[in-house]
Amino acid sequence: MKNAWVFLLLMLLMVNCATAQAARLSEIEPNVSADGWARVPAGKFLMGQHNHETMIAYDYEIMVNDVTNTQYARYLDDALAAGKVRIVDNQIVGYYPGDPFHGARHEEQVTAGDKLHIPLRDPWLRLAFDGTLQQFAAESGYENHPMTPVSWFGAKAYCEYYGWRLPSEAEWEKAARGVDARPFPWGGTIARNNANYYDSRDPFEKAAGKQGDTTPVGYYDGKTHDGYATLDSPSPYGAYDMAGNVWQWTGDVPVGKHHRYLRGGSKGSYDYDLRVWTRNDARPDYYDTSIGFRCVR
Amino acid sequence: MQSLTDRFNYLFRSTQGRVLVAIAMIALTTAVFSTLSGPMAEWGIKDLSVRFLGMKLVEAEREGRIVLLYHSIAMAVIAIEVYFITATVWMKDSQRVTINTAVTFGYLFTLVFGLWFGYWGHNWIFHGLYLFGLALMFFSGILLTVALWPFRREHLVKDRAYAHGPNGVDQERLAFFTMAIATLGSVIVGAIPGSFFGNGFESFLAEDVIREPEKTGLQLAVIGHLHIMLVLIAVAIMLVVARWLDFKGILHKIAMPLTIWGTITITLGAWLVVPFETMAHNIIYAGSSLVMLAALFLVIYGFRKLVGDRLAEQGITQAGFGQKLRALLHDPLKFGALWQMVYMNFTTSGPGIFMAITLDKVIRKWPAREERIILTGHWHMLSAIIATIILFYFADQVGLRGKARQLFGWVILVGSDLAFAAVDVFELKRLFIGEAAQQPLVDWTLLFADIGLGAVMLALAALMVWRWVDLFKRNGHWKKDATAPEVAR
Repeated sequence: MKNAWVFLLLMLLMVNCATAQAARLSEIEPNVSADGWARVPAGKFLMGQHNHETMIAYDYEIMVNDVTNTQYARYLDDALAAGKVRIVDNQIVGYYPGDPFHGARHEEQVTAGDKLHIPLRDPWLRLAFDGTLQQFAAESGYENHPMTPVSWFGAKAYCEYYGWRLPSEAEWEKAARGVDARPFPWGGTIARNNANYYDSRDPFEKAAGKQGDTTPVGYYDGKTHDGYATLDSPSPYGAYDMAGNVWQWTGDVPVGKHHRYLRGGSKGSYDYDLRVWTRNDARPDYYDTSIGFRCVR
Repeated sequence: MQSLTDRFNYLFRSTQGRVLVAIAMIALTTAVFSTLSGPMAEWGIKDLSVRFLGMKLVEAEREGRIVLLYHSIAMAVIAIEVYFITATVWMKDSQRVTINTAVTFGYLFTLVFGLWFGYWGHNWIFHGLYLFGLALMFFSGILLTVALWPFRREHLVKDRAYAHGPNGVDQERLAFFTMAIATLGSVIVGAIPGSFFGNGFESFLAEDVIREPEKTGLQLAVIGHLHIMLVLIAVAIMLVVARWLDFKGILHKIAMPLTIWGTITITLGAWLVVPFETMAHNIIYAGSSLVMLAALFLVIYGFRKLVGDRLAEQGITQAGFGQKLRALLHDPLKFGALWQMVYMNFTTSGPGIFMAITLDKVIRKWPAREERIILTGHWHMLSAIIATIILFYFADQVGLRGKARQLFGWVILVGSDLAFAAVDVFELKRLFIGEAAQQPLVDWTLLFADIGLGAVMLALAALMVWRWVDLFKRNGHWKKDATAPEVAR
């Protein structure tokens, strides 16, 4: 009897593993260009849950989508060749000049030196590295999925390599919300086919469980993908995936705190964490499959 | 007409009736509002509830609504504890009636109008009535504190087996008094930031500001308030259980001063979070140790008493280990109330201490949302443990006997402890599994948590149905409860 229980548990575990693997092989092409930029005009907007009027006095552009695996692979090839990043102990690392240290409670010093960008041995990394050619390629089926796992250092380095930067929290929120008090990029309420979040029941969840898997960037474009009807869910300025799919690193370096802020919620978040003002944070060297990024210029 | 009056008198003028109404209100509130989150939301029940009940839920007001919700439930829990205290600690009848009347109106106003305001549009009259309810609760707290004054001649201990000071001051009564006065002060610590944030509609959940490097004094006051209020609610139920088990003797004489000084120390520590956050934590640790030690002595005394009483009942003078164990487990209500105090160390205090020790080395290496899950699980579990102890006590007081007592007690105990253990694994999952591979573990732990909590809810529902059906009987249990004299000492 005891053996039967052990066998049953093992079988369940194997089924879980197998379904997670199946999800990684899905192939869905986005209908929104991965290279587009959305223009955000200068002006005031309402920031935060309590709608504090905030001014951004300049125009800027934000990527329509999160940076994809394909884009990041291309960047790594170029950055490696240019000597901007290096491979050390199966990690992509790059130099970071360090943060000002304020000695605040719980604050850790972020010193100058090489910092982790990408863990090459992480089983969930969707990039393959050819050591002979010194080239990266996105895993088949994941070319247009958001680049994960990537640390804040890795995200920042990507943006800066092309002369761009990570958005500040204010820039990110304005791009997601526009100038009214909406809680979600597309409006006042959230439906399951607005975004990729916990138990949103997208096709990727069928195989991988409620936490799901990343969806291709721009997936929620109002079209039907493999029989799954999405709602067109851009922000007022046309940016997609500003809620759900992956948390997005922002560029601010908070005073008295070494953590960096994340916005937007992810595939593993409950719907309320997809509200535009919701904050998460993590150490700048932290990475997982629910954190990606996009740039502004 | 007379029969209605009799039942009204039972429900609002007897201790068991009042507690029954308050538990029913909490059960109803929990049943309705639990559909708005967690698995119920996943199953689509939330949408049905919102539509069917005509709720008006604005996304930006979610945190404010939650603050209203748990204050509403907390007021009902506090009312229950006040009923227990006024029934078991001697005071004048006029005091008992005034306190219970004020606290009944207080929690009902808070619960009904607070939720109405929060979830069904913002009628400001209801908001005013909600605040009136809270004010009544505070007023009843003042009356209770006065009634518990331990230094009157008539309150000095008559039986020297109970803890007493050099002048015969009843240390247990002093512990109740200390808890009551600490509660009043701690309410003010919360009321000040509450009116500030509530007035500007900038309500927030404490778990959302934990990583802010510079918290304002008012934010710190909220954090101190919510911690100390839960601690004081726990101290109150511990003292009620002490009365229930007739705690006395040497352990009582050690435990009561520990409770008094522990309560004072933790309370001061929680208040000092505002000006001296770092130092305040150490004070809280010291105070917590004293109270937890007192609870340990109560548990040791209680376990011995349960074994001794049962063996005496069976006429066994020389008992082996097995007989003693069976005797200990004979009454799941009394054993359960004590066991939950032990189990709390594994599920809440232990993880809490672990979190405090490893905050920078482990917990803050993870994203803030992971830390938030631990915090939320932590105080949900502590609240639920207190709730189960209240249920054990209440079930005993309303005369649950025989197989029903066994079934109710064990279902609540095993169900809740299964859920707590599952939630502990869930909240600390990042210690042993990465985010990408966690789904199977999440599914299993939440399944066990749902099974455990579901069992508790069914047992509670059965108790409620039994009591409500009883109300329709001409000479039901309610009639005895309505006329039962208070047995306070």
